[in-house]
Amino acid sequence: MKEFISSQLFLLTFTVATYLLGVWLFRLTKLRILNPVLTSILMVVVFLKCTGVEYARYQQATALLDFMLGVSVVALGYLLYEQMEQIRGRLASILSSVVVGSVVGIVSVVLVARWLGADEAVAVSLQPKSVTAPIAIAVSEHAGGLGALTSVVVVITGILGSIVGPAVLDRTGVSDRIARGLAMGSAAHAIGTARAIELGAVEGAVSGLAIGLMGLITTLMVPLLRAVLF
Amino acid sequence: MTGFFYILAAYLAGTALSRLTGGAVPGSVIGMVLLFAALSLRWVDAGKVRTPARFILGIMALFFVPVGVGLVDAYGSVEGNLMAVSVATVVSTLLVLVVVGRMQQWWDGRAGRKGGER
Repeated sequence: MKEFISSQLFLLTFTVATYLLGVWLFRLTKLRILNPVLTSILMVVVFLKCTGVEYARYQQATALLDFMLGVSVVALGYLLYEQMEQIRGRLASILSSVVVGSVVGIVSVVLVARWLGADEAVAVSLQPKSVTAPIAIAVSEHAGGLGALTSVVVVITGILGSIVGPAVLDRTGVSDRIARGLAMGSAAHAIGTARAIELGAVEGAVSGLAIGLMGLITTLMVPLLRAVLF
Repeated sequence: MTGFFYILAAYLAGTALSRLTGGAVPGSVIGMVLLFAALSLRWVDAGKVRTPARFILGIMALFFVPVGVGLVDAYGSVEGNLMAVSVATVVSTLLVLVVVGRMQQWWDGRAGRKGGER
């Protein structure tokens, strides 16, 4: 039995099933806190705890999903291309907004973490938290952070952004569709984009663009800010 | 299938370039730029890439699940820093949201006014 439930096929199928269940639960209840990624993660964690299947084994079995995360970053290049017409006139403004967002994200997370007494390696690991996982892990490890911590914080950031993002944007008077999409993707990468797509096609496309730009710019900004500021 | 090949080939080329340049920029990011460049220069047919790219991007959130499950393993490294990590993450995420949103809206408003004058 244990052999069966720790097989690659079972663990992959189980993961997709919990995700679909998460999507279904959200549609049923309309409760924002029931984010499909969050539901799926919690169900898998409980499953691993109950059955005693080790995380290392789970990670090995679901390596395909991890690999696809990298492929999905490359696929963002298509989205960039597709949206180029829409963005062309705004390229300078979009780039500057994302650069400022990236710097604000890196500086604020480090300062608050340090102020609350976090270890330096932990503070460094938080820097790329708004960037999609494979990029964030590479950036973090390159800067001397802990990849495992970064990846978890990235997922939490994404879930948080996708749950509260639109409400926060409403309250702060951000009503422009391009601005909303850009903010969602910049703050909460792919998980925020899944939410932005629900807001509308423009929001979704611009949010997808923001994942790529935020990843690219943060990759450059982390070492730069390290040399200048920290 | 051809489209999926283009995506993988861009990933492969990006990873090779990343290795050559010391790994500062991840292979997937370079691959993204390469795919974008190849599409813009019409080296590859965008119509072929559309279906696989859309499919992959549509289920991108699912790919985060195994990473998130890593929480059970990473918990040890957060334990003493739980408070700092949580507060810093929440504060910084909200800041990025609002700053990017407000700034882009300000830009778009300016562009809109300028367009109106013309």
